[in-house]
Amino acid sequence: MATTVPQPPAINAQPPSRPFPGMHGGGGSAGLIPGAGELRAVAERSPEPARTGIWVALAAIAMSFAALTSALIVRQGSGNDWQHILIPRILYLNSAILVLSSLTLEFARKTIASYIRGEGVSRSQAMQWLGATLALGCAFVAGQYLAWLQLRSEGLYLATNPNSSFFYVLTAVHAVHVLGGLGGLLRVIYLLRTPVPILRKSTMDSTSYYWHFMGMLWMYLLFVVWLKL
Amino acid sequence: MSEAAAQHGPPQSFIWKYVFSLDHKIIGLQYYALALVAVFIGMFLSWLMRFHLVWPNAAIPGLQLLSKNGAPDGLITPEYYLSLLTMHGTLMVFFVLTNAPFAAFGNYFLPIQIGAEDMAFPRFNMMSFWTTFVAFVVLLAAFVVPDGPPISGWTAYAPLSAIGKDAGPGLGMGQNLWGISIAIFCIASLLGSLNFIATTLDLRAKGMTLMRMPISTWAWFITSCIALLAFAVLLPACLLLILDRVAGTSFFIPAGLVVSDRLQPHSGGSPLLWQHLFWFFGHPEVYIAILPAMGIVSHILINSMRKPLLSHKVVIGSMMAIGFLSYMVWGHHMFLSGMNPFSALVFSFPTLMITIPATILALIWLGSLYGSRLQITAASLFALGFISMFVSGGVSGFFLAQPAIDIYLHATYFVVGHFHLVMGVAAIFGIFAGTYFWMPKMTGRMMNETLGKIHFWLTFVGTYCIFMPFHYLGLAGNVRRYSSFVDDFMAPLMPVHKFITIAALCTGAAQLIFLYNLVHSRFWGPVAPENPWNATSLEWTIPSPPPWNNFGGIHPVVYHDPYQYSVEGAKEDFIMQNSPEQVETPIPS
Ligand code: HEM
Ligand SMILES: [Cu+2]
Repeated sequence: MATTVPQPPAINAQPPSRPFPGMHGGGGSAGLIPGAGELRAVAERSPEPARTGIWVALAAIAMSFAALTSALIVRQGSGNDWQHILIPRILYLNSAILVLSSLTLEFARKTIASYIRGEGVSRSQAMQWLGATLALGCAFVAGQYLAWLQLRSEGLYLATNPNSSFFYVLTAVHAVHVLGGLGGLLRVIYLLRTPVPILRKSTMDSTSYYWHFMGMLWMYLLFVVWLKL
Repeated sequence: MSEAAAQHGPPQSFIWKYVFSLDHKIIGLQYYALALVAVFIGMFLSWLMRFHLVWPNAAIPGLQLLSKNGAPDGLITPEYYLSLLTMHGTLMVFFVLTNAPFAAFGNYFLPIQIGAEDMAFPRFNMMSFWTTFVAFVVLLAAFVVPDGPPISGWTAYAPLSAIGKDAGPGLGMGQNLWGISIAIFCIASLLGSLNFIATTLDLRAKGMTLMRMPISTWAWFITSCIALLAFAVLLPACLLLILDRVAGTSFFIPAGLVVSDRLQPHSGGSPLLWQHLFWFFGHPEVYIAILPAMGIVSHILINSMRKPLLSHKVVIGSMMAIGFLSYMVWGHHMFLSGMNPFSALVFSFPTLMITIPATILALIWLGSLYGSRLQITAASLFALGFISMFVSGGVSGFFLAQPAIDIYLHATYFVVGHFHLVMGVAAIFGIFAGTYFWMPKMTGRMMNETLGKIHFWLTFVGTYCIFMPFHYLGLAGNVRRYSSFVDDFMAPLMPVHKFITIAALCTGAAQLIFLYNLVHSRFWGPVAPENPWNATSLEWTIPSPPPWNNFGGIHPVVYHDPYQYSVEGAKEDFIMQNSPEQVETPIPS
């Protein structure tokens, strides 16, 4: 059957007549006139999906942890078996490591940007900070693992009491998300290592937003653990 | 070529074209097919339940093959009745009402309606379908494990759902599978919503401002925002439930619980916590089911009326208000749960508030219909049917929303009648309307209108016959989730139950007409033109079915509001969104 895809006509290049063209356009009769200032060149101006997507994903992750936090509060009030556990010391070290990794990631972003812009930074230099971030991230997960081992050695298992349950759940779910972040960093490295780097700015940005969010989330969790468990 | 479609060229082999496809249209069809399979399984289960309710001593030959213990000699045990009920509810709510109107139609038409070549993240899109598929298989696996499916209902109330096999048949492996399946489903839905949101925000064609998006696109967009937050809560809830079951934690199981003569080794958990988490998801979920149907129905009605709704903006605003308020009302499912009576009052208020945007929507539909020359097609009939069901089912919501009245009505067939009309049937009518309307676009073939109209009338009358009497049963004190009503006080209600069962069997049989129409039209129906309904939105500017990259590599440019029907001075009675036609007549705003 005939496939008649209508040819889009050239756009009348008038400047937008309204201050926020993106927010208007519906309803009124003004919408009837082609090119009468109602056009929003979404394709040119909208952010790349990766950047929008990461914010959306972070909203969902924040929501999940909000749910876990409210579960914790309800659970604290529901039984008389709430006991306090001593936070493994190593958590503080882990926190420092994670904060440091956010810093190295920011350096990585800067050097990679210079490398891609061709400002005399070599690929290996660009890669160094990224490698450091990756290593710190791994160290964080290993540190969390040590914290779990320590709790176990104190006889505190997942099901021992509600506090230990929440401790393991919160830290493990967070660690899984950090592993996801490490995957993202590996992907960035991979995209940089191709002969012609195909890393997009939006990929780099969204990976680092995610990583920083994991750091902030961890600070929040540490606070909850310290306050409640 | 835009970024989205650049991620995949035209598919080469069968596997990449139809199985692991990255094309949002194929993925939409896959969701549709999955929902179709699920709905027929779910309907079959409801037949078994209805049959058992009125003929408790009649064996169903062959049923022992499905479950040796659950239906010895074809006689359904009370426990197995609950298993069927659980699976029916879970299949319908998750795999039909969430998948078909939202994931299936949304995937197919959201990108096209905004002029995009694909979803923002085609790989995630493929993953979300296949994850949903895995969830589906895991859920169905509960039928074949020795103890059968769980008996705790689609809401899986703890501690029943949390204890393990002591609590009854199906609560061992079956309930584990349920929890895992729903957790997987959550992940799939999160991926899907993320994709929908990013696509709507970032991939609109030139000139497609937010307010120029069709109402259906708005509905999918708002739904994905709701789904993103709702499933993000159900996922950790399922995690905690699974831990209670397999790891011995006590999130939901209180201390000192003796079940099956055994003291359960748990302490201090809160069954109410599960209800809060579940309904925090559960109430938004009912709007996840209904909002896309609202969008689809508005889209279709406008086309059949040949005029826009009274107010595009108010419709969108009301849907947003519903989405927002849906997060504040979850406690109305828990009036009798033992929570503080004061909170019941607090939850009752937003629950009544949410009826305001819902009523506004209904009034806008009816007001726009008033005086319009509605073209009667199968699609528009089902759209009207949707409004009818939504209003009839919504009215009972007003009663349930009063804590004092709910004390009487809670856990009776009144509630079952309420939600089947307002959510179940209404959303299904939305799916049917969408199917009759969009099938030409999706398959390139027209469906048979006469069969469609017959299908409509049988289904419309049939569903009222089934679900209206539920309200009377509820008022008469008929509790829900019982496997038989032989007790003295309920025995007089048996004639009503018989009527319902017969109506259910007949209405179910009428769906075979639909199935026949669907399959027959798919292969032998008349070839569909590009724009059979003289509609305005972008999906009708491209061939039926569309090529793999939707617009054939051309970027559509949008000049018009979505519903320019019967515009004075225009060449025809509709102006397509991408038409360069200028209408000189000034139109008073
Ligand atoms: C008009 C506004 C509505 C009000 C005031 C309302 C109110 C209520 C109330 C108070 C209940 C709890 C009854 C009980 O368990 O005792 C309830 C149950 C329910 N409602 Fe609504 N509702 C409304 C609209 C809807 C809509 C639009 C849907 C779906 C699209 C829906 C789906 C459900 C479901 C699924 C249940 C019961 C779930 C279960 O217990 O298994 N309701 N409604
Ligand atoms: Cu509700």
